Amino acid sequence: MERVPILKIGDILLVSIQLDMSDQTAVQLQDDLAERIVATGCHGVIIDITALDIVDSFVGRMLSTIASISKVLDAETVVVGMRPAVAITLVELGLSLNGIRTALNVERGMELIAAARADELEYQLDDDPDAETAIP
Amino acid sequence: MALNAEESGRLAALLGGHAEQVTARWTEIVTGSLRGRLSQAELRRQVQDLHRAIVASGEQGAIDLSAENSAELRAALSELSRGRARQGFSATETTISVFALKDVLAELLQDGGGANALHDYIAFSKLVDELGLFTFESFVRTRESLIADQAEQLLELSTPVVKLWEGVVAVPLVGTLDSARAQVVMERLLQTLVDTGSPYAIIDITGVPAVDTQVAQHILKTVVAARLMGADCIISGIRPQIAQTIVALGIEFGDIATKASLADALRHVLRLTGVETARRQPRRDI
Repeated sequence: MERVPILKIGDILLVSIQLDMSDQTAVQLQDDLAERIVATGCHGVIIDITALDIVDSFVGRMLSTIASISKVLDAETVVVGMRPAVAITLVELGLSLNGIRTALNVERGMELIAAARADELEYQLDDDPDAETAIP
Repeated sequence: MALNAEESGRLAALLGGHAEQVTARWTEIVTGSLRGRLSQAELRRQVQDLHRAIVASGEQGAIDLSAENSAELRAALSELSRGRARQGFSATETTISVFALKDVLAELLQDGGGANALHDYIAFSKLVDELGLFTFESFVRTRESLIADQAEQLLELSTPVVKLWEGVVAVPLVGTLDSARAQVVMERLLQTLVDTGSPYAIIDITGVPAVDTQVAQHILKTVVAARLMGADCIISGIRPQIAQTIVALGIEFGDIATKASLADALRHVLRLTGVETARRQPRRDI
């Protein structure tokens, strides 16, 4: 059975989908990704769908599921590289991939995750002084 | 419909024999109908071309418009109708140039047609009818191709995607937005987003005369598609009347940013991308 490779780049896991997804492959990818997020402690997942000609409701649902799983494990998911034709088809079908972040390319996706991560850290740092003053 | 060889010969002889008289009278009749919109000299040249073509094919034997040896005659008629169509003449004004030949023939036969003048006139006028129909057809064909060309040019001209800033593209929409145009605009915009890697797009609707639910639907679809690809869209150039129409129709733009002018939209995007815009201090001369 074919498997989708998961690459680790710094704090981010990169998944590049190059083949037509079947039920088996999709389930396998979800399992693998969940394991890798826990094992590596990454905080970002980028799913690259540049090579996909067709994104139907099945692939759409798979992307949503992956985003939800990652969210539970405290990782931000960004779908990158959607083709214009695919976007038009999805809109015509009425699928809007709710709850999934998108970016034009991998580079932008990494920036997006870095920005989201920075916001979160800033928020935590802002909280810290208050916590310290509260303790004594 | 076609003339037989004998009739054709007689027609060629009749027209060829009175060449000066025929072309002069023919030009005179056509001039009257065109009301001076074409110069006398040019009209005379066209009539002479036609006259020469008819005589030439008549001398070669039976005139049959669809036959091989009438190629020159067909070319002359096409040339005439193409020219008229491009200059904006009406169908009547074009075909009358051919039908005028009937009057000329009638006068000629009346003066000295001999015993079978009536028979000849009926045969000749059938031929003229055929020539007229052919002219009319090629006139229509020319006009149709003109319209098709213009429609294509319009589609190309009216949908440019321009780069406003690093990472910001704009689509100034001009004219009514129907399904076909909306599709072209959407495809071009999305392709440009991919090509330039711009995360922001501004759709300017200053040039759209009216926004109804269908046009709004097209714009919304474009925005959603751009979002799916990871780019954000801002709608700008909403005129007061358009804003009222949008509210009256109950169109919801949701969380899509809308701005009154293109300048406001650009400023909004620049603020989002973190570009500082500051007024430069006026230079002071010492």
